[in-house]
Amino acid sequence: MTPGTFELLGFGPQGWGFLLLKAAGTTIAAAICGFFLGSLFGLLGAALKLSSLLAPRMIGQFYTTIFRGVPEILIVYLLFFGGSVAVTQVMNLGGFPGFYSLPVFVIGVIAIGLVSGAYQTEAYRSAFLRLNRGQIEAGAACGMPRHLLLRRIIAPQTLRFALPALGNIWQSVLKETSLLSVIGLTELLRQAGTAAGSTRQPLLFYGIAAILFLIIGRMTGAALGGLERHLAKPWSR
Amino acid sequence: MTSPMQANTANTSPVIATEGLRKHFGTVEVLKGIDFSARDGEVISILGASGSGKSTFLRCLNLLEMPSAGRLHIFGEEVGLRAGKDRLRIANRRQVDRLRTQVAMVFQNFCLWSHMTVLENLMEAPVHVQGRSRAEIREEAEAMLARVGLTARRDAYPAQLSGGQQQRAAIARALVMKPRVLLFDEPTSALDPELVGEVLKVMRDLADEGRTMLIVTHEMAFARDVSSRILFLDQGQIGAEGTPQQLFGGGHNPRFDQFVSRFNQG
Ligand SMILES: Nc1ncnc2c1ncn2[C@@H]1O[C@H](COP(=O)(O)OP(=O)(O)OP(=O)(O)O)[C@@H](O)[C@H]1O
Ligand SMILES: [Mg+2]
Repeated sequence: MTPGTFELLGFGPQGWGFLLLKAAGTTIAAAICGFFLGSLFGLLGAALKLSSLLAPRMIGQFYTTIFRGVPEILIVYLLFFGGSVAVTQVMNLGGFPGFYSLPVFVIGVIAIGLVSGAYQTEAYRSAFLRLNRGQIEAGAACGMPRHLLLRRIIAPQTLRFALPALGNIWQSVLKETSLLSVIGLTELLRQAGTAAGSTRQPLLFYGIAAILFLIIGRMTGAALGGLERHLAKPWSR
Repeated sequence: MTSPMQANTANTSPVIATEGLRKHFGTVEVLKGIDFSARDGEVISILGASGSGKSTFLRCLNLLEMPSAGRLHIFGEEVGLRAGKDRLRIANRRQVDRLRTQVAMVFQNFCLWSHMTVLENLMEAPVHVQGRSRAEIREEAEAMLARVGLTARRDAYPAQLSGGQQQRAAIARALVMKPRVLLFDEPTSALDPELVGEVLKVMRDLADEGRTMLIVTHEMAFARDVSSRILFLDQGQIGAEGTPQQLFGGGHNPRFDQFVSRFNQG
């Protein structure tokens, strides 16, 4: 007797429900970690690109050109193979022979961080350029030291201006975690593929994966939208 | 320390003084050696044609603009400046930040922080820069807002206020720091004509209180009525200096008379 749809998606012995939820959790975790790592790279990239010196500007430009220009799946592969080669070499040099590799989750997060960081660089940079110089001067004229200017004036306004672009980047980060299935990370797409293969019900499981992606995207999108409206309030009339 | 500025007793020693203050942008010399001092309680209007260097001069006094050469004393204290590539540099940021809390500035474009309410704008620097207690500051900020007539708008954001209201809020923001000098750079130039009066009224009250004020302005009548002294900048130099009676009486300085008559026509 073959199990019905309900059983297949349920949490019983024949059901894939638990594994799918776990994979959805992995997707969310990879997206969140990758996005926040990307924020770090993005802030650094923006600082480099906004520098008054040529060398940092060129480094920043190089970074965004590479990671926006090379297909993300290639970045994932390059990091996966390059990462193992590097770690193996280090371990071998340190007197531990054999083959080593990094956990795929870590590689995936780094890949997403690097790529989304390149896009976040532009989001932060253009938000910073929208800041009103006079408001920064007003802070300086009150005797605010630089760290206070950054924390109290520059950061909140930059975040507010960057948020719409960051929201878009978040949505694509969420989708692009599915690329990590190629290096063996059991995220939503890969888990759906496994289930599809063993039950011969691809439409059902890929369909479920699609719905889960949509749900995660809509929920996080709504949260970001709320934050955006909250931060935009002072600018509305 | 042979400067004549320091040879005075405490209450007459200059609040702000410059010696040989110069500033150039590229090859353009905007300030050509300004010797100036302002004493406690003086209200000094800085007049001059557009491009004569008024804003640049005022901004050099709190180092929003770095002079190319010269010396600056604030409250009798020499501000540490060291040589840089094309201009002087701040030698000690802490000194400058400390002095800036006592030298407040009001800008042409108000420059309120747009992500904070009016009340938050007023409380920001006293709380975070001066480290005063919120409760104490809140009371003072409310009193200050009442004074400039903005009590009802204290929870509004700057974008929700008229220009005149924004400028009054900006003046209140400057005042809550209890500064010893107030610098104004064309505080009414960005306002619709019907809003100029409300801001000038607040400034007039401050002058009557005996506050020390340096005001760059194009409001001739205001400058004449309110100032204790006029500083006329002419092509980066002090073209004339004196009481409003001396200067506006005419015949004191031909360039100033020309400036005023052109102004009255224009
Ligand atoms: N950041 C700058 N870079 C280059 N030139 C500048 C800069 N700021 C001012 N200048 C020039 O310096 C000169 C004096 O400018 P400043 O703003 O001090 O004049 P002002 O007397 O305040 O004029 P206005 O009445 O129009 O405000 C002008 O010729 C101006 O073009
Ligand atoms: Mg000016």
